Amino acid sequence: MSNIVVDKSKVPWWVSNVIVPLVNLTLALLVSGLFVFIAGENPIEAVKLIIYGSFGYIQGFAYTLYYTTNFIFTGLAFAVAFHCRLFNIGGEGQAYIGGLGVFLVAINLSFLPVPIVWLLAIFGAFLFGAAWAYIPAYLQSKRGSHVVITTIMFNFIASSLMIFLLVDVIRDTNQMAPHTVKLPEEIWLPSFEAFSGILGIKIRYSPLNLTFLLAIASLFFVWFLVWKTKWGYEMRAVGHNTQAAIYAGISPHKNIIIAMCISGGLAGLLGVNEILGVSHKIQAGFPAGYGFTGIAVALMGRNHPIGILPAAFLFGILYQGGSEVTFEMPNITRYMFVAVQGLIILFSGALENLFRPQIESFFVRRLNREVNV
Amino acid sequence: MVSPILELTNINKSFGHVQANKNINLKINKGTIHGIIGENGAGKSTLMSIVFGLYQANSGSIKINGKEINLRSPRDSIINGIGMVHQHFMLVENFTVLENIILGFEGETVFGEKLQKAKEDLEKLCQTYNFNIDLDATISDLSVGFRQRVEILKSLYRGAEILILDEPTGVLTPQEVDELFKILRSLKDEGKTIVLITHKLIEIMDLTSEVSVMRQGEMVGHTKTEDTSKEQLAEMMVGRSVLLRVDKKEIKKGETIFKVNNLSVKDDLDVTRVKDVNLEICSGEILGIAGVTGNGQTELLEALSGIRKVESGSIELFGEKISDQNNFLNPRMLKEKGLAHVPEDRQRMGLISDFKAHENLIFGYHDQEPYSKSAILNNKEITEYSNKVMQEYDVRPNSPNLITSNFSGGNQQKIILSRELNENPKVLLVGQPTRGVDIGAIEFIHQRLIDMRDKGAAILLASVELDEILSLSDRIIVMFDGKIVGEKENKNVTDRELGLLMAGVA
Repeated sequence: MSNIVVDKSKVPWWVSNVIVPLVNLTLALLVSGLFVFIAGENPIEAVKLIIYGSFGYIQGFAYTLYYTTNFIFTGLAFAVAFHCRLFNIGGEGQAYIGGLGVFLVAINLSFLPVPIVWLLAIFGAFLFGAAWAYIPAYLQSKRGSHVVITTIMFNFIASSLMIFLLVDVIRDTNQMAPHTVKLPEEIWLPSFEAFSGILGIKIRYSPLNLTFLLAIASLFFVWFLVWKTKWGYEMRAVGHNTQAAIYAGISPHKNIIIAMCISGGLAGLLGVNEILGVSHKIQAGFPAGYGFTGIAVALMGRNHPIGILPAAFLFGILYQGGSEVTFEMPNITRYMFVAVQGLIILFSGALENLFRPQIESFFVRRLNREVNV
Repeated sequence: MVSPILELTNINKSFGHVQANKNINLKINKGTIHGIIGENGAGKSTLMSIVFGLYQANSGSIKINGKEINLRSPRDSIINGIGMVHQHFMLVENFTVLENIILGFEGETVFGEKLQKAKEDLEKLCQTYNFNIDLDATISDLSVGFRQRVEILKSLYRGAEILILDEPTGVLTPQEVDELFKILRSLKDEGKTIVLITHKLIEIMDLTSEVSVMRQGEMVGHTKTEDTSKEQLAEMMVGRSVLLRVDKKEIKKGETIFKVNNLSVKDDLDVTRVKDVNLEICSGEILGIAGVTGNGQTELLEALSGIRKVESGSIELFGEKISDQNNFLNPRMLKEKGLAHVPEDRQRMGLISDFKAHENLIFGYHDQEPYSKSAILNNKEITEYSNKVMQEYDVRPNSPNLITSNFSGGNQQKIILSRELNENPKVLLVGQPTRGVDIGAIEFIHQRLIDMRDKGAAILLASVELDEILSLSDRIIVMFDGKIVGEKENKNVTDRELGLLMAGVA
């Protein structure tokens, strides 16, 4: 029997929050290496390629940060809802609808001064994402329909709705493909190469843009919201103990809705990166799975902004470095990297507690011994 | 003389600082129905869980038929012929009776002809004891009374010679109780030994031949049932232990503050738990509610504090109606009116155990100044305040950043009390303020409540500890089955009288 009982109060924070995730990550990467080996390539070479692809040259690094931006948004989105013990699996759909918000604001208000258009577009993204999360939140709080189910369904509804709009309503009529017209160039968010151009450094194109700073700001925003405001306090109270929340006069209904709307809004901000920053138009399927990967990012980051930043960065490295590998190693397809992501999700999410008791009790024993000596 | 079928010697068991069983000695003779009686928290269930192997005693010995045995798990107990029927049944709802009974023993019986054999054995058992159970019925289709029979049958099938029943009648209707007693008597006639844990005196007098009384973790008496009376048992059960002396000034009763008219309240399962209750509390007065747990006190307090909807009747605070069947003010609005509430169950309701101590110290007051201003929590103020009250209430350890679940029960209770009393409430609802709290803290908590009363607060105190009710209250009401069955000024009232009222005897 492996019923190891660990006195949680004795476990140092860095063991549960740093060592355990790192062990899980290492295991995922070891198993991934095995896959690479079976596919007939050298795992060590693959690791070298990942590191080179994501750090080795400026353009690659910019790509890494661009992916990181998206993962920060979707990771934070999941984390906020999770503090109210809600599993918002609908980041994908909320991001999709958020993109619609950005586009509609930007295209219709493009006559306003540029910074104001940006602010309003960001607001539009947040609002549309939040609105899409509001419906499942309402159904959860009033009717008890579980958000896990409804948010998944809302991903499909969002997808169908957007396809309909892109084909029949807002399609660029000069094109056969399901996407909109481009936004006017003057309201595009400045890209990384534009910045470096000012500094006199010339680099090749990358999708990294000003939204990265918005993502960093969002990390602060979530930290402040969850731990420094009474709203965050109430959300956490409802999440930890609904009965006690009711006793203290905190409404579970209200907080479920607030948490889900903020969560949806953060997912919606992905639209700012993709539409105002990169493609400047809505393309069918632009959220491309970032919403789902955000769940893994949040789980790995232990739902705390300080953890989400490195977790998002790690997934950024995998995305960018992974494409480098598939380019250089013909035996490794891009589906292989979907499998690698899957393994990371498996080890840091589903099997999160697989080795936790062993690791924690190991450190507790070790540290106690040091104290006794 | 024949050695008793079950003999316990010097059993001790503690949970943390709480000693649940102290030097317990008990002898149970074969072929008898032996009652174990005591108030809630007297240690009856703990003792029987030790006998059933669920807990291990810290010291002491257990003998069966004169042979010392070591019970490390329920499996050991079953092998030694001990069966237990718990208050909450351990049955798989969507399995049939037969499947539930062979569960855990299926290795040899689940397939082939042995199953048929098991079924025949069970049918024989059913007939012998008049169980009247369809072995192929699904559990979820059976009434509570029948489910209990399945539990008994399960124990018998596993070879139980000693059958322990923990508060078996709590969930039964009177008719089901009669049926159960019939079965128990026929079991006794067949030579089985039955241990009946209960706090109901009627059952003891009806059914048992011997009775043991427990109080505060100790065995305080054994007697033959025919040599005793309900009154005598009640006295032993409640005890004449010295009341905790609390310095209490003469009552200065003020105007009526809280008024409850014809109140009825339902619980989550839609069962009416408070039935047509009327009461009034004045300022400067402590009104005690005595009663055995589960007689409506919980629901009454929840309705009064705005957590639970009122079914009918109304509640008035300062002459203003705060609740009736259509509306009720939520707890936050009531807090603003000066009502504080120390809930019965601190784990479930009073605290968030994963929160830090300072977060719990502002729980419910977190949106008031100075703890938060325009929605932003003021950490400096909260920490200052936390340090102050934790010192004042002697919460140990005095560290506001510690996660609350790491504090002992008594200190958790102090966290709640300091929070609720700090605002100098005009009305205070208190449920089980000293449950699981050590003696030193009890005195402290009692003194605080008296201070509040002397300052003119109206206090409603619900407790299952009669000592507590008697030493603190100015006036006492007794609740039984959701109704107020007695009201007494706390002068010359004896614990015996209250004990009888609580047991629904008088």
